[in-house]
Amino acid sequence: MHRHDDISWIDAKISYNTCEGRGLLCLHHLFKNHFLGGDERRVDSRTIYVGHRPCPASEPFIPPKFCDNRIVSSKYTVWNFLPKNLFEQFRRIANFYFLIIFLVQVIVDTPTSPVTSGLPLFFVITVTAIKQGYEDWLRHKADNEVNKYPVTVLEDGRRIRKESEKIKVGDVVQVEEDETFPCDLILLQSSRDDDTCFVTTASLDGESNHKTHYTVPDTEKDLESLNATIECEQPQPDLYKFVGRMHIYKNNQEPAVRSLGPENLLLKGATLKNTQKICGVAVYTGMETKMALNYQGKSQKRSVVEKSINAFLLVYLCILVSKALVCTTLKYVWQSKPGQDEPWYNEKTQREKDTNLYLKMFTDFLSFMVLFNFIIPVSMYVTVEMQKFLGSFFITWDKDFFDPEIKEGALVNTSDLNEELGQVEYVFTDKTGTLTQNNMEFIECCIDGFQYKYRDASSELDGFCVTDGPVSKLQQKAGREKEELFLRALCLCHTVQVKESTEQGQDQVDGLTDQLDGLGVDGELSQPQEQQRGFIASSPDEIALVKGAMRYGFTFLGLESKTMKILNRNNDVEKYELLHVLNFDPVRRRMSVIVRSTSGDTLLFCKGADSSIFPRVRQEEVERIRMHVERNATEGYRTLCVAYKHLSAVEYAQADAGLREARLALQDREEKLMAVYNQVETGMSLIGATAVEDRLQEEAAETMEALQGAGIKVWVLTGDKMETAKSTCYACRLFQRNTELLELTVRTLEDGGRRREERLHELLLEYHKKAVQDAPPVKAGVTRSWSSANQDYGFIVDGATLSMVLNSSSDSNSSRYKNLFLQICQNCTAVLCCRMAPLQKAQIVKMVKNSKGNPITLSIGDGANDVSMILEAHVGIGIKGKEGRQAVRNSDYAIPKLKHLKKLLLAHGHLYYVRIAHLVQYFFYKNLCFILPQFLYQFFCGYSQQPLYDAAYLTMYNICFTSMPILAYSLLEQHICIEVLLDNATLYREIAKNAMLRWGPFLYWTILGVFHGLLFFFGVRYLFSNPALQDNGQVFGNWSYGTIVFTVLVFTVTLKLALDTRHWTWINHFVIWGSLAFYVFFSFFWGGIIWPFLRQQRLYFVFANMLSSVSAWLVIILLILLSLLPEILLVVFRKPRGPHSRQVQFVMIKFVLI
Amino acid sequence: MIAAMMASSYNAKEEDGHHSGSSSHGGAGAVKSKKPDNTAFKQQRLPAWQPILTAGTVLPAFFVIGLIFIPIGIGLYVTSNNIKEFEVDYTGVDINSPCYSCAKNFSWNSTQSCVCSVNFTLEQPFESNVFMYYGLSNFYQNHRRYVKSRDDSQLNGDLSALMNPSKECEPYRTNDGLPIAPCGAIANSLFNDTLDLYYVDSNSTKTPIPLAKKGIAWWTDKHVKFRNPSGNTNLTVTFQGTTKPVNWRKPVYELDPSEADNNGFINEDFIVWMRTAALPTFRKLYRIIQKKSGTTPTLPSGRYILDITYNYPVLSFDGRKRMILSTISWMGGKNPFLGIAYITVGSICFFLGVVLLIIHHKYDTRNNSADIPN
Repeated sequence: MHRHDDISWIDAKISYNTCEGRGLLCLHHLFKNHFLGGDERRVDSRTIYVGHRPCPASEPFIPPKFCDNRIVSSKYTVWNFLPKNLFEQFRRIANFYFLIIFLVQVIVDTPTSPVTSGLPLFFVITVTAIKQGYEDWLRHKADNEVNKYPVTVLEDGRRIRKESEKIKVGDVVQVEEDETFPCDLILLQSSRDDDTCFVTTASLDGESNHKTHYTVPDTEKDLESLNATIECEQPQPDLYKFVGRMHIYKNNQEPAVRSLGPENLLLKGATLKNTQKICGVAVYTGMETKMALNYQGKSQKRSVVEKSINAFLLVYLCILVSKALVCTTLKYVWQSKPGQDEPWYNEKTQREKDTNLYLKMFTDFLSFMVLFNFIIPVSMYVTVEMQKFLGSFFITWDKDFFDPEIKEGALVNTSDLNEELGQVEYVFTDKTGTLTQNNMEFIECCIDGFQYKYRDASSELDGFCVTDGPVSKLQQKAGREKEELFLRALCLCHTVQVKESTEQGQDQVDGLTDQLDGLGVDGELSQPQEQQRGFIASSPDEIALVKGAMRYGFTFLGLESKTMKILNRNNDVEKYELLHVLNFDPVRRRMSVIVRSTSGDTLLFCKGADSSIFPRVRQEEVERIRMHVERNATEGYRTLCVAYKHLSAVEYAQADAGLREARLALQDREEKLMAVYNQVETGMSLIGATAVEDRLQEEAAETMEALQGAGIKVWVLTGDKMETAKSTCYACRLFQRNTELLELTVRTLEDGGRRREERLHELLLEYHKKAVQDAPPVKAGVTRSWSSANQDYGFIVDGATLSMVLNSSSDSNSSRYKNLFLQICQNCTAVLCCRMAPLQKAQIVKMVKNSKGNPITLSIGDGANDVSMILEAHVGIGIKGKEGRQAVRNSDYAIPKLKHLKKLLLAHGHLYYVRIAHLVQYFFYKNLCFILPQFLYQFFCGYSQQPLYDAAYLTMYNICFTSMPILAYSLLEQHICIEVLLDNATLYREIAKNAMLRWGPFLYWTILGVFHGLLFFFGVRYLFSNPALQDNGQVFGNWSYGTIVFTVLVFTVTLKLALDTRHWTWINHFVIWGSLAFYVFFSFFWGGIIWPFLRQQRLYFVFANMLSSVSAWLVIILLILLSLLPEILLVVFRKPRGPHSRQVQFVMIKFVLI
Repeated sequence: MIAAMMASSYNAKEEDGHHSGSSSHGGAGAVKSKKPDNTAFKQQRLPAWQPILTAGTVLPAFFVIGLIFIPIGIGLYVTSNNIKEFEVDYTGVDINSPCYSCAKNFSWNSTQSCVCSVNFTLEQPFESNVFMYYGLSNFYQNHRRYVKSRDDSQLNGDLSALMNPSKECEPYRTNDGLPIAPCGAIANSLFNDTLDLYYVDSNSTKTPIPLAKKGIAWWTDKHVKFRNPSGNTNLTVTFQGTTKPVNWRKPVYELDPSEADNNGFINEDFIVWMRTAALPTFRKLYRIIQKKSGTTPTLPSGRYILDITYNYPVLSFDGRKRMILSTISWMGGKNPFLGIAYITVGSICFFLGVVLLIIHHKYDTRNNSADIPN
C-alpha cells in the first residue's frame, strides 16, 4: 500500500533528492522550501475544534470551512444529464464521426436521407444514455441512502438525530454496534473498559477480521467538557496512514498533546463490532473521507484488438476518402463533356445553377462520403460492445471457476479485456497466496541449534520429539530454560488476537469455546476445551507460530488491557504487561514486543527474517542456527528467527521515551520511529528459528506447466527470500532438474570481493553470452518438451540487484544493463524475482510491457502488495485469497484459485480472441462488399451519387439482416472444443502475437470483400445488359438491380459466416436461417404496401417481381455459389496441412466418437 | 447504507460481470455466493453440430454442382440462342439514314411532327408473342437528380399532391404558376416517339401489324401504385388547375385518345417510362404483338416498314434510339450471359472436383495411417 504516498508530506524530501548534482539552480529551490516550510505546513494540515468549542489558547475561533458530509458518486443531475451525457458520448471519436456524417446529411443535399445514419446513431446514443442514466440513478439512490441515514450527534449535551449528510467536521458523533461510521472519526470514547473498539473493514479492503482501534489516551470521560483541537494532515487516500495531534485544554493548564495515528481513526465505511457504542469527532467528511478518495475510477485499459480495430478503421477511412475523391474527380471530368452535365431531360434547379463551382465540388465530395460512409458502420461498435459485455458472462457462469470453499465463482470487473486473455505472453505471479496457499503450518523449529520436529504420534510428556536430522548428530535437546524462553517468545511476540464470542464482549477469558474455523489442535493438549480456540491476525504466519507454540505446551490466552496471558506447560497462567509493540513492516522485515513479566523483568522479543535478525544478534550464535535456516529455506519453508534481549531499567526508560517522542512527531514520524526501533533492536541474543510450510496451491504445478506449454513465460515476483522462492519454483516445476540457474543476487555480486557494479557488469555479460548469444535461434512453435536438447535457463534476481540494474548510476550503463537484463530474461524459461517491494514488481511489469514488441502481460496476485503490478499489467487478475480483497478490487478479473488461470487463458481467452478477431474482420469484410457495388454503380450513373440500394436496405443491412449471426457466432463459436484447448496448451501459440488481426489476415479479408463486391456488381450488370428478365417481356429498373445485388449480398455474407462456423448450436441455426428468412419476409413486407410516410415508393413489389423472374433466381444462386467457391476450396486445402491441425483434428474426432 | 453505496459505486464495472448484478444492487456488499447454474448454455456446452469440411465431403459437392450447372447452362444458352431478336437503330446520325432529316431539323417548338420510315427485313419468322421495345443509349435515367424527380403521392392520386407537388420535382414542379401534373424530370422526358410496324408482302402492300398496348407495365404498378385522382371519371375536370409537363404536347389525360381507361397517370406507356432504368443503355417495352391463331408465325420473315413519328431528340446528348423486336422465353429476353456463366462455373467446379480427387487420392496413399475415418 505504498501506492498513494501523500505528496505534500514528502515534498521536501523529494526536492532534496532531485537537487542532488544539479548545482546552483537547485539552491534557490531549496532555499525557498526551507523558508516557506512553515507556511506550507499550515496549508498541509487542518485544525479541528472538537464539538465546535473555541479553545482558550488558540487564535480567535474562526470556524474553518470544510466540505459537508454529502457523498456524491453520481455524475449527473436531472438538469445536466442530457447535455453532459451527450457531450461525453460525442467525445468518442467514432460517435463524433457519425454525428458529422449525420449533420452533413442534414445540411447538404445528399443521396441518402439523414435517417439512414441518424437512426443507428440515435439508437446507439439512446441505449448508452439509458444505460448510463440508469447506473447514475442507482448511484443517486445509493448516495441518498448514505446521505440521509440518521446519525446521532452530540450537541451541547443533547443527542440530536441528524441526517448523515449534515455532519460537519468537528461534530461529535455517536455510533452504535453494527452501524457503519458516517465519516472518518477520531475515536474519543468507547463503551468498552479498555478504551478500545473493534471494527471490520470488510467493505473497505475486504479484510473481515476485527481490527482494534484505540481511544485517544487520557481524554476526559465527559465529552461535554472536553476542550480540544485536533491538528491533522489534509485528506489523503491511503487507508493505513494517518498522522495527527490532539491538543487538550484543561482549565488553566498547559495543553496536553496526544499523538494520533491510524489506530485512532475510524474510517467511513467500516463497521463497529463487538462494542456497544463509541463517540468520535469527525475529521474528514463527505468526499474527503478516505473511502471516497479511494473510489476514483481506475484508468481505462485498452486491448490490442481495440488498437487493431482503430488501425483497420484508418485504412477504411482512407479507402472511403479515396473513393469519394475518385468519384468527385471523375464526376467533373465526365461532366466536362458537352451534353452530359445537363441534358434537356434532366435540368438543374436554379439553386444548383447558382452555386459556386468549388462549393459544389466540396458538397459533391461530402455527398460521396455520405454515400459510402456505411463502410465504417456504427453497428460494429455496438456489436463489439455487446459481444464483450455478453461474452464476459460466460466467465462468471463457468462452474469450473466456482470454489466450494469460498462459495464464489469468477468475477469480471471489466469486459473490455476478454480477448486479451488469449494474447498473454508474460505471466507475472505472486508467490504467497497465489502459487502457494497462504495456509501456514508450523513444521519445525530450531532452538539453540537443535532441531525440533513436531510429530503427531508423540506422547512424550513435554510434547517434543527430537529427530535425528542431518544436522543434529545426537538425540540432543536444548536446555529446558532455552526451550521455554523460545516458546514464550513465540507466544508473546505477535499481534494475534483471540477471537471472542460476538454476543458477550465482556467475558473474554471464557470465550474459548468459540466455534471457529477448525483451527483446533490435535489431542495433544491438556485442556480439551482449548481445541476450539481461534486466532485472528493480519498474517497467517503469526497464527501458525502461535499454534505451533500451543502444540509444545504454551498457549496464548489473549490480550486484556495491556496484559498478555499465556498458559504454560504446567497449566499455570503467566501474565506479561505489554509495554510496546514495534510493528512489522516490510522494510525492517521484523517485529518486536517489549513486555514486563510479573517478576519485573523487562524483555524484548524480536522475530523476523534471518537477514534482518542476524546482524543484530551476537555473531557467535548465528552459525549454528544459520544452517537450519538455510536448509529449511531450501525445502521451501518460510523461516523466521527469534531473538530476545533483556532490557535494564535504564535501557527501557530510554527506549520508552524515544518511542513516545517519535510517536508524537507530526513530521517524519515514520522515519523517527524507524530510528528508535533500530536503536532498540540491537545486541539481542538469538534463541532459535522456526519453519512454517506454505503449501502449494492445488494444481499449481500443472497450471504452470500448461502456461509454459502455451508459450507463456512465467515470472515469479515475490517479496520472499530467494531460497524459499526457489524451492517453490522447483515445486511448481517452473525450474526443473536440468534447468541451469543464472543467479544475479546480492550474494553472487559479493563473490569475488570486487565492487558490486563491476561484478554486475561482468555477470550480465556472461549470462547474456550464455543465454542469448549461444542459444540456438528459437523456432516458432517448438515447445519446450519437444526440444529437450536445448538447455533451459532459469534466471534469479533479487530486489537489491534489480534496483542496481534499473537505477544504475550512469545513464548510459543503465539503459545498457536494462537491455542486457531484458534479453537474458526473455531467453529464460522462467524468471524468479525475489525480495521485491510492491513497486518493484510494477517496475518489472512495466519494463517488460514496454520492451520490444510490446508483449502482453498478465499479473496475478492476491494481496495488497500485488495491486501495483495488477494495475500495471495489461491484464490484472486477482485471486480471492486470504489477504483481503484489495487485489480483487483492483483487478480486471478475479478467480478463486490459481488453477483457474489455466482455463481462463487457454479456453476462455483463446475462444474470446478468436471470436472477436473474426467478428472484427468479418464486419469490415461485410461492409466492404456492401459498399463496393454502390461505388461501382457510380461509374454507370454519371457519378451522380445515386444509391444502388434502397434506403431501408442501407439502414437495415447492419442493424437487422447481418448483425445477429455474427453476434451469435462471436458468443458461441468454439472452433476447437474446450476440452481440446485445455489438453493441448500448444494451441494457444497459434493465436499468439495477435495472429488473426495482423495485416496478413486483414488483407485476405479485404481482398475477399473486394472480390465479392466485384462479383455481385458485375454479375448483375451483365444480367442487366438485357433488362427484359420476366417471361412476360416486362423490364426491370434500377431498384430491381439494387435488390438483386442486395439479395446476393445478404445471402453470401451470411453463408460465408455459416461456412466459418465450426460449432453449430441451435442458436446459430436459428439466427443464421432466421436472418435470411427475416430478410425475405421484410422485403416482401416492405415492398407490399404503399407506405404513406414515404416520399417515393421505390421498392413497391420490386422484390416480388424479382422472385417471379427465373433469371434473377439463377443469377442469385450462381453468384452466391461462385462467391463461396474460393472459400470452400481454401477450407479444403487449408485443413490437412501441417501435423498440428491434423493432430487437433484427430483429437477432435476422438472426442466426437466418445 | 454505506456498503450499499460501495456496491453501487462499483456497479458500472461489476454489472458486466454479474448476471445477477441488477437484482443485487441494493444487496450491499453481500457475498455473491451463488453457484453458477449448470446449464448447457451457461457452461458453453450446448449440443452442437461440428461440421468438418474435408476434401472427402467437398468432392462430391463439386461434382454435383458441376453436373447440375453444366446442363442448366447449356439449357440457358440454347434457350437464349433460340430467342429471336431484331434491332434497328433509327436515331438518324448517318446522313443516309431515313430519319436524318427528322433528327437534324428537330425543334421543340414545331407543331408539325416529323415522320420517317425505316425498311428492314426479317430473315427468320418470329413465332409466338413478339415484344416490341424501344431502346435508348447514353440516356442517364439513373442519374440521381433524375431518379428522385418525381412525386409518387401525386401519381398515386393524392389530390393535395396533385395541386402541390413535392419539392423534389424542381425544376419541373410548376409552370406559369400552375402545378405540373405529372411533375418531375422523369415525367417531363416521357418517350413520345410513335412506332408503327407494317408488313410488306410480296405485292408491296403495307399491312399494319396490330400492336397491343396492354400488359406492358407491371400489374401492381398499373393497378395500385399509379392511380388517377378521384377515379377515372372525367379526367379533364380532375386535372383542372394543373398544367401539362413543359415538353409534352398533350396533357396527361389525353395520352391515349383511342382508349379511355389508358389515360391520366395509369397510361401504361407512362408507367413503363416512370420505372427508371438501371443502366444508361436500356430498353423499355413498347408494344406486344400477339400470337396469331393457327400455325402462321406472328411475324413472318420478309420486308417490314417501321414508321416513326420522330418527337424525341437524343442527339443533343449523343444518345441513340433503337427499336427492338424480340421473342421471349421463360428466362426473359435474349441474354447469353447466364448460359455462359453457368457452363463456366459448372466446368470449373467439375475441373476442381477432378483436381481435388487427384490430390485427395495422392494424399490418401501417403498418409493412410493417419487418415480420418469419414
